[in-house]
Amino acid sequence: MGRIQLKSVTKSFGDVEVIPPLDLTIEDGEFTVFVGPSGCGKSTLLRLIAGLEDMTSGSIDIDGADATDVPPAKRGLAMVFQSYALYPHMTVRKNIAFPLRMAKLDQAEIDKRVEGAASVLNLTDYLDRRPGQLSGGQRQRVAIGRAIVREPAAFLFDEPLSNLDAALRVGMRLEISELHERLATTMIYVTHDQVEAMTMADKIVVLQAGVIEQVGSPLELYRTPRNLFVAGFIGSPKMNFIEGPEAEKLGAQTIGIRPEHIAVSESEGDWSGVVSVSEHLGSDTFFHVHETGLAETITVRADGEVSFRHGDRIHLTPRSDAIHRFDAKGLRFE
Amino acid sequence: MATQHSRSVARLMMAPAVVLLLGWMLVPLTMTLYFSFKKYLPLRGGDLGWVGFDNYVRFVSSSSFWPAVQATLVIVGGVLVITVILGILLAMLLDQPMWGQGVVRILVIAPFFVMPTVSALVWKNMFMDPVNGLLAHLWRFFGAEPISWLSEASMTSIVMIVSWQWLPFATLILLTAIQSLDSEQLEAAEMDGAPVLKRFYHIILPHLGRAITIVILIQTIFLLSIFAEIFVTTGGAFGTRTLTYMIFQRVLESQNVGLGSAGGVYAIILANIVAIFLMRIVGKNLDA
Repeated sequence: MGRIQLKSVTKSFGDVEVIPPLDLTIEDGEFTVFVGPSGCGKSTLLRLIAGLEDMTSGSIDIDGADATDVPPAKRGLAMVFQSYALYPHMTVRKNIAFPLRMAKLDQAEIDKRVEGAASVLNLTDYLDRRPGQLSGGQRQRVAIGRAIVREPAAFLFDEPLSNLDAALRVGMRLEISELHERLATTMIYVTHDQVEAMTMADKIVVLQAGVIEQVGSPLELYRTPRNLFVAGFIGSPKMNFIEGPEAEKLGAQTIGIRPEHIAVSESEGDWSGVVSVSEHLGSDTFFHVHETGLAETITVRADGEVSFRHGDRIHLTPRSDAIHRFDAKGLRFE
Repeated sequence: MATQHSRSVARLMMAPAVVLLLGWMLVPLTMTLYFSFKKYLPLRGGDLGWVGFDNYVRFVSSSSFWPAVQATLVIVGGVLVITVILGILLAMLLDQPMWGQGVVRILVIAPFFVMPTVSALVWKNMFMDPVNGLLAHLWRFFGAEPISWLSEASMTSIVMIVSWQWLPFATLILLTAIQSLDSEQLEAAEMDGAPVLKRFYHIILPHLGRAITIVILIQTIFLLSIFAEIFVTTGGAFGTRTLTYMIFQRVLESQNVGLGSAGGVYAIILANIVAIFLMRIVGKNLDA
């Protein structure tokens, strides 16, 4: 069980208000991702839930019970830190067993749970090594192991993949998703990487300057971003924003169109421009188009086989049903 | 070619320093060894010829030898225990964010800048004097009979004085070690359900292991040879005669250079035994 409810939570460091009043409910078993640019307060929010920071005002309920003044250890939450925070002088076995030893479980039970966690995470061969002798991915797994043996109500992940290289990150992303499927425990995951958010989350919470910009499933955010910030943050490459006469034609201050919703043609189209850079990924090709008269750069995604070079003039046609319209305040409207 | 060239030039340029340091060490060592096999009484006939191991036998069979070894070890051990324990506590205290942190840290380091002779005199005359000392006043304030520290509790007094001098060193080294502890580790331990004392025992103490080793090794080297503190306070009386002080007495008070030199060789051997012993116990911390 792990339903977490934040009620008008605020946090200030001195005079600086990092989190203005914020309400949020995380349902039991949900994989929730807090995403936002660095410094948006997402880690602070996670630390408030963990109890490592004290709230300035507001309250937190965990499973319906008020946990506002409950110390971190008693909240039944387990956290995986960005630096993994493994205990360097203990073996992997002792690291994983540490929370159980603190909970004064008997040795047989500790051994059983540690072995169980180690086999789930493929760490059985490394139990007698120290963290310093492990690779980044293995340390990450030890940190997760230390969290799962406690059988917590919810897992908190604080940017756990940011210290790993790109290939390993994709692998660990999958492993964490699989772990969530298997354990079906509430997970709260903080990241600045919108790809991680899109691929793993049941529910994404987009934060900016401590304010929740939008909450929803990955596809909801992708299809119907509430405002310019969410529209620009979710999706890769970024959505193109166009202001001026082209937007006014549709009765909007700004219109947005994703790179994948623009068709490319050599001969005809609504807009035209000159290719500045083309990025070939094999499966896709991204063109950065200049001199369109709409915006400084328009990014377009085309099939991997389409090939234009620097300096080629090409024509672009947006999919009319995929154009997002935003008003003067930056809010999206239909 | 160039590297080989520059390497030999480098050797050439280092040579003066190496030769000087080697001479600095070898000349006194050789002279000590040389005199230790001689009967040499500067005021009673001078060089009276070779005597083999006579000096060594006499030094050890003296009734004050084993008490001196014991006094040395008690002072070294006592100071180490006090400075390491108090040093850890002070370092953790100073690591807390507080107002005037910079000034407080400088004040804590201050005793280290005071010369041993001066600090021992200050302790002797201002604190431990049985009539006018601050401690005597304090005792009288509570209606107790003042203690004449240096004669009644001579060993305790000297351990106190030396600990006061070396506490800043220990605190400084341990403070830098504590500051390098990753705060996420402590937070992880807190989430794992470890209360304050267990966090100290399982996380902070192991993290400090290496720093404690360094403090113990360096302090032992210096504490084995403390002299000024004893010279200006008890003058070696009341059971505070250490090995170093005994050598001084043999050479300068008894004017027996040969006997003192033999003692010096014993001191070298003792220092090495202690060093090996310490390396064995705590040295493995340095590898980890």
